[in-house]
Amino acid sequence: MKKLVIGIMLVNLLAACASQKPKEPEAAAPAPAPVVAEAAPAPAPAPAPAPVVEVDPLNDPNNILSSRSVYYPFDVSAVQDADKPVVQAHAKYLSEHAARNVRLEGNCDERGSNEYNLALGQRRADGVKKMLMLGGAKTGQMESVSYGEEKPKASGHNEAAWSQNRRTDIKY
Amino acid sequence: MLLRVIQSVIGSLFLLHVSMANAELSIEIIGAGEHQVPVAIVPFGGDDKLALAINDVVVNDLLRSGLFRMIDAEGKSPHEPAEVSYPEWLARGAEALAIGTVAVQANGRIEARFRLLDVVKQAELAGQVVSASDGQARAVGHRIADLIYEKMTGDKGVFSTRIAYVNRRGQHFRLVVADSDGYNEQTVLSQNQPIMSPSWSPDGSHLAYVSFETDHAVVYVQSLYTNQRKMLAGFSGSNSAPAWAPNGKQLAVVLTRDGSSQIYLIRPDGTGVQRITFSGEIDTEPNFSPDGQYLLFTSDRGGSPQIYRMPVKGGVEQRMTFGEGTNFSPRHSPDGKGFVFTHLVSGKFYIAVQDFQTGQMEILTEGGWEKRPSFAPNGKLIMFASEARERGILATVSSDGRVKQRMFTQSGDAREPVWGP
Repeated sequence: MKKLVIGIMLVNLLAACASQKPKEPEAAAPAPAPVVAEAAPAPAPAPAPAPVVEVDPLNDPNNILSSRSVYYPFDVSAVQDADKPVVQAHAKYLSEHAARNVRLEGNCDERGSNEYNLALGQRRADGVKKMLMLGGAKTGQMESVSYGEEKPKASGHNEAAWSQNRRTDIKY
Repeated sequence: MLLRVIQSVIGSLFLLHVSMANAELSIEIIGAGEHQVPVAIVPFGGDDKLALAINDVVVNDLLRSGLFRMIDAEGKSPHEPAEVSYPEWLARGAEALAIGTVAVQANGRIEARFRLLDVVKQAELAGQVVSASDGQARAVGHRIADLIYEKMTGDKGVFSTRIAYVNRRGQHFRLVVADSDGYNEQTVLSQNQPIMSPSWSPDGSHLAYVSFETDHAVVYVQSLYTNQRKMLAGFSGSNSAPAWAPNGKQLAVVLTRDGSSQIYLIRPDGTGVQRITFSGEIDTEPNFSPDGQYLLFTSDRGGSPQIYRMPVKGGVEQRMTFGEGTNFSPRHSPDGKGFVFTHLVSGKFYIAVQDFQTGQMEILTEGGWEKRPSFAPNGKLIMFASEARERGILATVSSDGRVKQRMFTQSGDAREPVWGP
């Protein structure tokens, strides 16, 4: 009897995960425990879409939306393929949550003049903004700014620091 | 101390610490001019305390230029031409001799009567009364040093000019204006957000700069006399890179309000915004030619950041820099015949100059983290941001590359320097 309940719970859980995060391949592995506890009492048949999952995916540390930074090669402002799923996920979220706003903050490494880097950081932030718009976000939900090289996350004249500083942050 | 300084000055290559009590910047000098003029500066007669203060300023100014060496005046103190025994100064090796008197007037003003004498020709080269308000002994010294410099080199002195820079300590930023030797510091703006790109109005009365105090780059113009300021450009996105037209009636700024970073003209009161570049790429760091007709600027329209020139009124935009590496931050020389800029190649920043006519680039520095060069008003010195002992410093190099200075702030990094009028 006990085994059966757990079995139903698992099916339930997998279904919930599948409907929640269609685009994330590794989503099933680290299943969040609290969701199980809430979903369990629901006396529903197997394929039921978990009725009230109140957790905002934005606050789910396992959701792709928890990635809030996009990184770049030197003197490049186009979003790289590796980061596109992150930006697309935020676009989808914004399109589904019209009350949410984001601030896009472009940053650069120190190789270039401070003014050129300010411009480059702005172009990075604007590039993310454009991709968010294409994914359904509205202009009014977004503000793009640049800090150039003025607010480095990492210090040091080396690629380890530079690679962290070439970045657009998506801030809600 | 003075003796040690004099000893180290003699010799073709030297490193000199000019000790400067209470200065916000401490200065090191490396190298020397090809021809150093041997000059003796006799402490003035009259008010001894003032005389020594002025003497100290004059001697340090001339030494910092790298173009003079000091002849010991020990044991001699002529204050009037009649008291000068030329053969004795000739024997000491002096080519020129500065003498004079200083006194405080009834109204509190400092008045120095100064003469510069040609030791070889036994003739007066210059004579002038220099006066300044109470407490301005340094200003008197700078004026006298300027006169000596001008008479002996043929170029205007820049010891009385001022500089602006940003002092960063951790997350704290301070926009500072100071005399060119670091004294008389005045804090223009102090805050926990970045400050960038200070730019002097041609008459030295105002600074335009970029502040992030509202969490994005906004351009302000501030009076250095009243400290009143106003927002010049605060459109969405980034507003930056202010540059004054030589007539002071217009500025070029970079805005992203219509998309990418493009150059616009704007009046000092914030009206009359007019876009003048349309590349759709990054166009930034505009700088007016001395005649106000052209702009130099940085653009990546050709695929990498390079320097371009265009007529302010619109017209053909011409690429100025080619070859290996990338180039940034152009500024016209005061005579308008060339420009100074930052050259980045193989991971190192250099300060370089280029002549409009020949198109030849000449690198002036050894390279490192060297950024944002600007000419002194006489075109003979270039100030730029550099790095030493893991700190941001201000550095200068003579336009022939021979004499270099490094200026350290008391703490934190010095950034974003610009030489003012």
